[in-house]
Amino acid sequence: MKMMDKILICDDSVSMRRMLKLTLNQANYQVTEAENGLNALELAKNDQFDLILTDVNMPKLDGLSLVRELRALPQYQFKPILLLTTESAPDKKKMAKAAGATGWLIKPFDPDKLLAAIRKVLR
Amino acid sequence: MAVDLTEIRELFLEESFENIDIMESSLLDLEIGNVDNEFINTIFRAAHSIKGGAGIFNFEHIIHFAHAAETLLDEMRNGEHFVTQSLIDLLLSSVDVLRMMLSAVQEDTDYDVQEAQKCQEELHQASQENQEKKSLVEENVASPPTTLTKEPFKSIESQQSATIEPGIKNGWRILFKPDISMLTTGNDPINLFRELAHLGELEIKVDTNQLPTFLELDPRACYLSWELLVYGEIERIAIDEIFEWVEDECELHITNLASDIAEKSTLPSKEEQISEETAEDITLDAEKREESELERIKKIQLDNADKNLETTQKAELEKAEFDKSEIISAQEDIKKIVDLPVDKHSKDEEISPKKADKSTDSIEVDTFQIPSKETSETKDTTKHIHSTTIHGSEANSIRVGIDKVDSLINMVGELVITQSMLDQIGEHFDNLQINNLKDGLAQLERNTRELQENVMRIRMLPISYSFNRFPRLVHDLSTQLGKNVELKLSGEQTELDKTVLEKMNDPLVHLVRNALDHGIEMPEQRLAAGKSEIGLLHLHAFHQGGNIIIQISDDGAGFNVNRIREKAIQKKLLKSDEYPTNEQLYDFIFQPGFSTVEQVSDLSGRGVGMDVVRRNIRALGGTIEVKSQTGKGSIFSIRLPLTLAILDGQLVRVGQEIYILPLLSIIESLRVNPKLVNFLAGVAEVYRLREEYIPILRLYDIFDITSSTMQLEQGLLVIVEGDGQKIGLFVDELLSQQQIVIKSLESNYKKVEGISSATILGDGSVALILDVAGLIHLFHSRTKVLPTRPKSLLGVHYEQ
Repeated sequence: MKMMDKILICDDSVSMRRMLKLTLNQANYQVTEAENGLNALELAKNDQFDLILTDVNMPKLDGLSLVRELRALPQYQFKPILLLTTESAPDKKKMAKAAGATGWLIKPFDPDKLLAAIRKVLR
Repeated sequence: MAVDLTEIRELFLEESFENIDIMESSLLDLEIGNVDNEFINTIFRAAHSIKGGAGIFNFEHIIHFAHAAETLLDEMRNGEHFVTQSLIDLLLSSVDVLRMMLSAVQEDTDYDVQEAQKCQEELHQASQENQEKKSLVEENVASPPTTLTKEPFKSIESQQSATIEPGIKNGWRILFKPDISMLTTGNDPINLFRELAHLGELEIKVDTNQLPTFLELDPRACYLSWELLVYGEIERIAIDEIFEWVEDECELHITNLASDIAEKSTLPSKEEQISEETAEDITLDAEKREESELERIKKIQLDNADKNLETTQKAELEKAEFDKSEIISAQEDIKKIVDLPVDKHSKDEEISPKKADKSTDSIEVDTFQIPSKETSETKDTTKHIHSTTIHGSEANSIRVGIDKVDSLINMVGELVITQSMLDQIGEHFDNLQINNLKDGLAQLERNTRELQENVMRIRMLPISYSFNRFPRLVHDLSTQLGKNVELKLSGEQTELDKTVLEKMNDPLVHLVRNALDHGIEMPEQRLAAGKSEIGLLHLHAFHQGGNIIIQISDDGAGFNVNRIREKAIQKKLLKSDEYPTNEQLYDFIFQPGFSTVEQVSDLSGRGVGMDVVRRNIRALGGTIEVKSQTGKGSIFSIRLPLTLAILDGQLVRVGQEIYILPLLSIIESLRVNPKLVNFLAGVAEVYRLREEYIPILRLYDIFDITSSTMQLEQGLLVIVEGDGQKIGLFVDELLSQQQIVIKSLESNYKKVEGISSATILGDGSVALILDVAGLIHLFHSRTKVLPTRPKSLLGVHYEQ
């Protein structure tokens, strides 16, 4: 049997994390939560996640900086990292790409879209 | 699968209300003309979180509104706006709207759509003004970037695809050449192809032309490009979505196969080139996973008999279907929760664009609003207060500090130790150990008391929860009134029972409003009186003898004693030849309907008077006092019990029964002098106590039990006060005073008039706690004597 994919979610909102976790658990992913970028970076260093979902606006370390930090780590060089954002402006997307994000999900998203997007980037 | 979304929803609301408070306090901290990014960032993040959370539950109206605020904040953050008072005010009112929307969601009620729309339009305007400014500078460069198309012909194509009838032609040709660095953003072409394969039959041709020799090969780079043919009735948007995340990292040409034939002549060379290369041998399969997998997909299409892979695909599809059904049911749950407000809103939204179109309509609205502006402002502030109060009173969870929980756990640990110690003594007990037993019991008592205190502490919240709203209120009101007021808060960390705290909100708001409205004078008056132009309003909380005292003091004009006196005489509460002390006069302001002439216009429409303030405080077992000095200011002192769960009680005996009276309600107790007892119209007994006539209520009579004595002189009369009235309760004797843990009678039995609750005494028996106000009410309804105030009995002659 295939191993459960491990996903790290990072958002400073408890309710957002709850919702993500609920949706992902139902789809049989293994979920780890982080409440800010620094926290996520620590967790990522000590584990091997298959996918990272992160909010953009967060205290401590914001989402874009987190992506940059992660991309500098050899084990996350090619891993999919999706940004959860409410900003759909084109220049914001460019910034996300420049930082090395795989893609973005525009909040609010419905669970279906979230899972579809995840399937899109996970093998 | 049952998904408890209500819990997440609660969490979202709790979080959002916190974010709103953050927005509000940071807005008040913003300095005009100064772009402080730290504050703006904080505000932005709070708005952003609310928007994100609202998205989970499809609270469209909140999303849109928060987005509008966020846009403006984003611009402020980028230094595109100066921080002006009007901008702060606009954002503050948008905070109010958000709060109102969230409260509406919480209580499943409607909110003021018009106000929300008005505010949202203002937000749009504010950021639009900015956009206009920008576009003036940049001329026509800033055309609205609605589509993200890079290639000019792409949009033409999508138009084409729209005109082509679906079903006639099927399929798309995609030329996909990733940038060499595409893999470093975690995007893998294989995944894209897999997605495409979900849409329909897929044919893949790879171009390995760019592939360097093995020695030069960088495994992190992507050297391949592809021609993809996907067949079926597929909408263009589905293809665009798949490539959404990589469109900036690749060359991408998507053409409709239907128009392909026509276009083929335009791109012949490239086409042929690619198809030729397809035949080329791919030697580097082993090194590049992508390629091996690519081959596999290729085979699916080339050899349709390959059932193996087909089934895996099917399985995947089924899995997706299964997940979907679960999610759909969850979504339905969410919809059920939010159905009404969302529906209502969407209707209103439909109307709004029309409104905007018809400029005449909006003009009408404007002119209509101008005359009522002032009243609506007053209403706004009240509404803001009202809605926060609701949010406070409805919150039915408590956040408890870790330290409190830790100390509870410690306490339980000690309790366990004590218990095992007593256990040991019990096992081999002899008389020599009597001292050890005593020690153990003393320790148990200490543990129990500490545990009780600590459990009570869980319900305690710092009064800052209530105080923190006042900076905003004072800001708004003082601006509205044109007064200069400095608000000073102290003792915010004083803790108070959660229920008490919530019920104190309204009275505190009323007192603060009063102080601003009537206490503190206009700047010019203050200067004339030789005071500083800036008035001082001080909210202070502190402990005093097992009580919490909250003081609201101002350095304003103080009470006009003469005016109160006149008013009291006019209201027939005072005779013109009576000269009570100032303190007694101040007490009149707590009488229902009592207000000095000037106050009438200002207070009207607010619905809460000082009598209500006092009633609320008394309902909490507290008291309120006033001190005032004309020209110097006034101090309102509210004394509240620490908690509602425990009260200081006086045990009284009536026959075989023991009742408890709240100590706070007792004024005095005395032996009855039969000479001072009078009969009032044959229905009630009254006792003359220092020029006051106090009705006597025989408890044994009202509870229908046998008392030790029916002779008044053989028992005791306990004078108690409730609801502003005094009554003498006839009991057999007074027992001890002790702290009583309140147990609800209503939830365990039913509501009984005259009894507020019950408790369990040390010997295990149940004693009822008397409700003084209820008893007075009961007494009046029995004796058919209209509720009277002791004062009004003054001057009535009774027979001795």
